[in-house]
Amino acid sequence: MGQTATFRIWRGNGHEGTFTDYATEVTEGMVVLDAVHQIQAHQAHDLAVRWNCKAGKCGSCSAEVNGHPRLMCMTRLNQLNLAKPVTIEPMKAFPPIKDLVTDVSFNFRAKKSIKPFKPRPPDAPDGTWRMAQADVERVQEFRKCIECFLCQDVCHVLRDHRLFDEFVGPRHMIYAAALEMHPLDVEQRARDLKDAYGVGFCNITKCCTKVCPEGIGITDNAIIPLKERVIDQLYDPVVKLLRMFR
Amino acid sequence: MSESAVPLVVARRRFGETTRRDLWWVQPLLVFAGLSTFVVYATWAAFQGDHYTYGPYISPFYSPEIFGTSPHNWFGPKPAALPPWLPFTPALLILPIPALFRFTCYYYRGAYYKAFWGDPPSCTVGEHRTTYWGENSFPLILQNIHRYMLFISMAVLAILVVDAWEALWFADPATGRVQFGVGVGTIVLAANVTLLSGYLFGCHSMRHVAGGCVDQISRAPLGARAYRCVSCLNRRHMWWAWTSLFAVGFADLYVRLCSMGVWTDVRIW
Ligand code: SF4
Ligand code: SF4
Ligand code: FES
Repeated sequence: MGQTATFRIWRGNGHEGTFTDYATEVTEGMVVLDAVHQIQAHQAHDLAVRWNCKAGKCGSCSAEVNGHPRLMCMTRLNQLNLAKPVTIEPMKAFPPIKDLVTDVSFNFRAKKSIKPFKPRPPDAPDGTWRMAQADVERVQEFRKCIECFLCQDVCHVLRDHRLFDEFVGPRHMIYAAALEMHPLDVEQRARDLKDAYGVGFCNITKCCTKVCPEGIGITDNAIIPLKERVIDQLYDPVVKLLRMFR
Repeated sequence: MSESAVPLVVARRRFGETTRRDLWWVQPLLVFAGLSTFVVYATWAAFQGDHYTYGPYISPFYSPEIFGTSPHNWFGPKPAALPPWLPFTPALLILPIPALFRFTCYYYRGAYYKAFWGDPPSCTVGEHRTTYWGENSFPLILQNIHRYMLFISMAVLAILVVDAWEALWFADPATGRVQFGVGVGTIVLAANVTLLSGYLFGCHSMRHVAGGCVDQISRAPLGARAYRCVSCLNRRHMWWAWTSLFAVGFADLYVRLCSMGVWTDVRIW
């Protein structure tokens, strides 16, 4: 490439901010995070950006590139139209701290509110369990989550409606699903899923699934199955009746 | 969540506000156009009460014909007890079932919340509403009847399969003898039930019933296989939803136009 591109970066503190344009030379193979680092090194030493692995595995460098929630380290410049300025903003669902860095601590609190893993009594006298691969396969998908919180950022229930007290968000729905569908887990979470975690607030618009860098089927494989389980436990009169005879 | 909320209130965005550069409005617009066209056509067709059979074919909008005047009817003509001011066609008795099934379908819900409600108009695009209840309370909590709609729709699907079978048997106009045959209409009805089956058997509620509801599926080998099959169809649920919608509308149109003499049904066999 060897061309100059403009990056329109959000500069601000917790209260206010503005977009500032930075022109910088870009070369082949660069990702958005490289460009941000280059700008930080040569033009804006005080530019705040969170990153760690540069390999799409730590989940730190989440931001919004041209309006799309993305990992900056996994967004190659050749995927973008460099003829126009590339906008880079912090995640909008979370309180801004400085520039591209936001306060994502809501997510840690939300995670703590989910009832933890509670295994059934051990299967063998030596205190161990036996599981079939077929049974754990489903929850293994959810364990790929890198906690980038892009799904939380894009979810309109949090982003636009700000229902942080009512809804734990898609990331924690897959966390709850990983526990709930675990073959050894015996905890009951249906009532909490409905009342405390707010599964009913999700209107299955699948924005979370579309942005997940790990390709986790958040809506189809976690949220909808959880909705169905809540129906079993709390709404469906026929299932309730059947359970009485079991 | 029970713990404290995020302290800072970020300014609400205006309707349609976004920094996205792509044509984000195209998809919701296509969904809006596609679903509206279908709803308008299906409503019109359901109120016609005419031209819904042709030879061995019956339009899927009108099957089962519980009461009606065509040779396909089950219990004779419209019951005299029905008040004359009540609009009646055989389709009006049956169409609410697939309509409610599709209305409560997890795929369509996500799609029409975006296209018709603008909630959200598209991902990361500003909304026009300030309040939001989601599916957490009345009325949208009623979407949870989806599994019942699935079971009832399965029965209707079985009847459509029989219709497709009967579309293979043509009566000779001269002798009245029934003989095996395949017309373009047979293929249209068969394609319709195939696509509808892919749609119904890939339903999210079906996936739950087929094995999604248990944590140790390896203990039920039959359930494991059913769950795998349903999951496989479910991965392309949107594709099945749209193709089956088109197929069912086209099947009605085909029978209708043949019956009206606009199209001629070609016998292939
Ligand atoms: S599918 Fe549900 S959880 Fe995911 S973004 Fe949409 S509303 Fe949020
Ligand atoms: S589910 Fe996907 S998008 Fe959400 S936090 Fe995990 S990796 Fe990120
Ligand atoms: S820097 Fe680790 S995910 Fe981007």
